[in-house]
Amino acid sequence: MIAENVVFYLLAAAMALGAIGVVRTKNVVHAALYLVVVLAGGAAQFILLGQEFVAWVQVLVYIGAVIVLFLFGIMLTRAPMHPKETLDNDLRWPAAVTALFLVGILVGLLVHTFHGEKVNVTAPIRTGQITNAIFTTYIIPFEVVGVLLLGALIGAVVLARKD
Amino acid sequence: MLLNQFLILAAFLFCTGAYGVLARKHAVLVLMSIELMLAGVNLNLVAFGAFHNSELGQVFALFVLTIAAAEVGIGLAIVLLIYRNLHSADLDDVDTMKG
Repeated sequence: MIAENVVFYLLAAAMALGAIGVVRTKNVVHAALYLVVVLAGGAAQFILLGQEFVAWVQVLVYIGAVIVLFLFGIMLTRAPMHPKETLDNDLRWPAAVTALFLVGILVGLLVHTFHGEKVNVTAPIRTGQITNAIFTTYIIPFEVVGVLLLGALIGAVVLARKD
Repeated sequence: MLLNQFLILAAFLFCTGAYGVLARKHAVLVLMSIELMLAGVNLNLVAFGAFHNSELGQVFALFVLTIAAAEVGIGLAIVLLIYRNLHSADLDDVDTMKG
């Protein structure tokens, strides 16, 4: 019980620092690498919660594919990688106030609503249960998401090609 | 483990992402901040799935993951197009519609 809390707080600290790194760093490639820290930490939290399948999907899809796509985007747009240029616009302070306000409201509501509720992970969720849910109850959303991915694929090709 | 541990971490990630969306100038960094927000939402879904000892949290998290991947693909294509037309991926330069 204590061990999993220790693991949680270590991961949470790494994720929080990584998240701040994403929005604060002056090097775009470093931002992508901080994002890897956050997403890997998220995958580890999923395993801590006994939800393995989505953890490995997160590793494969996010860290494997999306980050590579981001790095492609960074290289193709010749993003600035010199620490002296600023990457923020002049809305930094209003944005910080908005974010603090939002986090204050959310934390207040969460503490008020879910005070003392415990997560008891007895056994991990089996992948078979997930596939049963997807291919019976959620088969129509699943197919729609497939069509959406096809549309996104074709759309990206059409947008990005040179003609 | 308390449920709130996960929910507050997710709220923090979401708000950090919101800050990034508002304060960042480079389009790729704005997309990364959106990914940060989606990561927070996913953590919420999975935490509630574990709380109810159900697989549905994972099912919804998978749908969010899929849509995030599609969004990044389209988003980066649009960023490339902006870069090709304006020779910069700086969102402050995209002000044609500004009055």
